[in-house]
Amino acid sequence: MLDILSELLPRLPGILGALTLVSLAIGISYWQKIGLEKSMSVAVVRAFVQLIAIGYALQLIFDSDNPLWIGVIVGVMLTVAGLTSGKRAESIPKARTIALLSISTSLALTLGTLLALNVFEPTPQSVIPIAGMIIGNAMTATSLSMARLRDDLKSSRSAIESALALGAPSRVAAQVQLRTALATGMTPLVDSTKTVGLIALPGAMTGMILAGSPPMEAVQLQIVVMFMLVGAAAFASMIATFLTYRQFFTKTHQLKL
Amino acid sequence: MTQGHQVEGKATFEICDLTVSLGGGAVVLDGLSHTIVAGKINALIGPSGCGKSTLLRCLNKLIEPTKGSIRLDGVDITDIDVLTLRARVGMVMQSATMFAGSIAENLAFGPSSLGQEIDRPRMKELLELVSLDPSLLDKDAQKLSGGQAQRVSIARSLANKPEVLLLDEPTSALDPAATRTIEATLIRLRDELGMTIVLVSHSMEQVERIADTSALMLDGKIIETGTPEHLLTGVHHHWTEQFAKGKLSSQKENQPN
Repeated sequence: MLDILSELLPRLPGILGALTLVSLAIGISYWQKIGLEKSMSVAVVRAFVQLIAIGYALQLIFDSDNPLWIGVIVGVMLTVAGLTSGKRAESIPKARTIALLSISTSLALTLGTLLALNVFEPTPQSVIPIAGMIIGNAMTATSLSMARLRDDLKSSRSAIESALALGAPSRVAAQVQLRTALATGMTPLVDSTKTVGLIALPGAMTGMILAGSPPMEAVQLQIVVMFMLVGAAAFASMIATFLTYRQFFTKTHQLKL
Repeated sequence: MTQGHQVEGKATFEICDLTVSLGGGAVVLDGLSHTIVAGKINALIGPSGCGKSTLLRCLNKLIEPTKGSIRLDGVDITDIDVLTLRARVGMVMQSATMFAGSIAENLAFGPSSLGQEIDRPRMKELLELVSLDPSLLDKDAQKLSGGQAQRVSIARSLANKPEVLLLDEPTSALDPAATRTIEATLIRLRDELGMTIVLVSHSMEQVERIADTSALMLDGKIIETGTPEHLLTGVHHHWTEQFAKGKLSSQKENQPN
């Protein structure tokens, strides 16, 4: 812990400088009676503590060079992502299991492909941050798809049952809703992929440029990251949509809400 | 249960000891037994919440009963493939939901779900059968009036060539003129095609106008069966009398002073 602090100390003026902006925001909240002062302060403290903790943990893991740690860290990330996403879609039976399954399958497929094609080295330095990005994006896609499908099935009940009553199997009866749920999960990433570089420089690239890498090197990495995240969102949406759909239909093509 | 003036005929559906209970112990159908007579208009009538819609939805397996059996032409419906059953037993919902596209696309939905084709002359025949202008075939189905949509939804069920047609309060959202057209269509289907019709209705007047046989439901049970005349004139369960009185008073209201 001491060496971390000694590393942090020279950067403290910079952190304190950025903190003045936060106090300004807290000031505005107080002045305009927005009432966010408390949660803003809590958020600032939490971010500080959480980031120091993960920085410390990563430093230990990189130093120890034991691949088991990758598993532990990724496991924690997956659990938190699964619980968060599952909580968003609470009224769906087995929501947490579905979310966890969607996110981890998406991670396995995406990361597996990248490692198999030798795009990244299987070192903690690349696997952990990349897994984090994949999990974060898969989580968003999963939450969006699950919630959308649940809402649409509820609001389209009469159309779906009309189709079922005409002898359509449940997959055909819910076709429109399934497609919408899939699209909803993937849209944010497809949109940000379309506008990447035009509106904002994405995170991984920004980080590399700030750290002093040549822009073209940063761009190369960003392209890989972007494509990987599109894949991750697609896998996660597909699995989440399919598993959620299965919760709402019986084998005998009945809609249960 | 009192019975009188039973309508004789071959049974299409034999419903035996049918029970539907929901989670939490609520009983929607309570050991109900009933026979649907072939080639007749069979009415189910009763106050809202008495379970008549649930009974209807058990007949084409949109709902799984908790207990009891239903036989269609002597065969237990659990032994019939569910999609085949729904093609044989068409259903028209309370308010028609049109699928996106033209009337023709709506009419083709059932047959194409079952892997069959339907040609335009046949579609025009179906529209004529429900008293709609055959030239409407390419009209956008979303732009129909309530009465027209309900007639298309009947034609859409007929496209599967069902033996039985289930109707769940098909006229409750329609004006008197549209109601009469639907009633005339049902009589035509019975007389010209010999179709078995199960009509859920909340209106004793409607039942008296078109039904051959009627069953009065209360709290998930059938408390009275017989011809509509019998329900109005016989010796009854006290609720039947209330129902008849309600009918008489509303008839008085309709008479000019």
